[in-house]
Amino acid sequence: MTTADALSSAEAADVTADALSSAEAAKHVSGLPVGAATAARAFRAILWRDIYVTGKEFWVLLIQVAVTPLFMLFIFAKVLGTMSIISPRYGHLLLPGIVALSTFLAALQSVALPLVMEFGFTKEIEDRLLAPLPTALVAVEKLVVATMRGMVSATIMYPVGALVIGSAPWRPEGLALMAGMLILGAWTGGAVGMTIGTFVPPNRINIMFGLIIVPIMFTGAVQYPWPSLDQLRWFQVVTAANPLTYCSEGVRAAVVPDVPHIPVGLSALALTGFALVFSTIGVIGFRRRAVS
Amino acid sequence: MSDDSGAVVVRDLVKRYPKRDVNAVDGLTFSVEPGEIFGLLGPNGAGKTTTVGVLTTRVRPTAGEVYLAGVDVRRNPVAARAVLAVVPQGSNLDRSLTPRQNLIFHAAYHGVPRAERRARARDLLDQFGLADRADDKVNWYSGGMAQRLMIARALMHEPRVLFLDEPTTGLDPQVRRFVWDRVLQMRERGVTIVLTTHDMDEAATLCDRVGIVDHGRLLALDTPAALIKELAGVQNGHGTLEDVFLRLTGREMR
Repeated sequence: MTTADALSSAEAADVTADALSSAEAAKHVSGLPVGAATAARAFRAILWRDIYVTGKEFWVLLIQVAVTPLFMLFIFAKVLGTMSIISPRYGHLLLPGIVALSTFLAALQSVALPLVMEFGFTKEIEDRLLAPLPTALVAVEKLVVATMRGMVSATIMYPVGALVIGSAPWRPEGLALMAGMLILGAWTGGAVGMTIGTFVPPNRINIMFGLIIVPIMFTGAVQYPWPSLDQLRWFQVVTAANPLTYCSEGVRAAVVPDVPHIPVGLSALALTGFALVFSTIGVIGFRRRAVS
Repeated sequence: MSDDSGAVVVRDLVKRYPKRDVNAVDGLTFSVEPGEIFGLLGPNGAGKTTTVGVLTTRVRPTAGEVYLAGVDVRRNPVAARAVLAVVPQGSNLDRSLTPRQNLIFHAAYHGVPRAERRARARDLLDQFGLADRADDKVNWYSGGMAQRLMIARALMHEPRVLFLDEPTTGLDPQVRRFVWDRVLQMRERGVTIVLTTHDMDEAATLCDRVGIVDHGRLLALDTPAALIKELAGVQNGHGTLEDVFLRLTGREMR
């Protein structure tokens, strides 16, 4: 990249940041800028920083969101389906679960490890912690970005997943429900990520990923409908404790409603509850790390 | 309170961290006048970093009052962040952004209008000798360049109070002199500067007044010349600030 290119990209970033905040920026005075307008302006600026960096490092997001779910889809639906070990229709049951999984994990991963790195090692977040807005809002901004990254993941995974298995269930009247469940799932994933990123000590983070992410992947009703577990009661109880279960069930209810699923209202309620609980814990953890 | 009008006012500040038996800061009181360069000196673990942490809203005090440019830091940390800037000892630059973007985004966080933040970034990169490398990766910067960039970043939102944490530790003499010159220039512009340092030469050269702390308490506070005159304990009149420091804090290593 030439200096001129770099300069123009910096300026492009700056122009867009300004577009987000121009109305408030006009109010800037050399005196004490305090209050909600200042905080809102700072919030938009740090949000734009994260969106800008996400765009700049989009390939990182692609790898984060796509590799594991696509392999899972390929092996379970395509390979085992071709070998006639499982029904060819299983792909239509699995794909909605995979979309939920990648959305949840993309959001979780966009918060957990970066927070461990930024608080524990690089200290990069300090400049944003010293921006004129409440510390809790810096945490909320992280959850907003996580949700956005989760939704980008869903948008990529659905068509790519369909290409992998050769077809996909499509039900336009379920789109709004699917989007709603995915947004809730992404927010919850981000909040779980914030909880992990702020409560797990940096030197334990590798172990915790193995202990947390893998169990989430396999106990989240991604590969099976939750009601069908009634023959395996203990496992059904275990999966009920995983917020991803309700996201998977909600997406399945939207896309393949003929597959048995948890009632939509119950899934939405449970997911909202998990979102509230983990957001609260995550923001408390964030504040604890930010202010000692 | 009527006497909270100094650039920095610290009154009876106490900080005890959880699960600790002693106070990290134990009843510290001092104030810094607008446009003054104030040095906070003390051995490792004396409470300097905690004090600066409280002043910069990153450490919640256990007791006491802290004001920055008239803003009650405890009650209104958001307003305090608008008037302060910090240059930490180690790099905390944003590695996902270029050096120029580090400056521009910092100003955006603080609500500086677009045209102004771009112009300020250009000027500061120029002043700090970084214009040619403004669009490199931050990781390619040497320690001296990173330090200069962090000082430039701190100035982007025109803070009233600037905190410098050991600003020249590990830097070569050229960069050290450069940083000193910039600090003195900032004072001329009316910026209040609080710096922590272990470099007694730096403190004696730059600081209008120096506070020496140990065990979270203030042991002495005066101009470097007055401290040397009164406390160096050297008879021939050639005492240094280091003599004062060692006399007050002892020779035992921590």
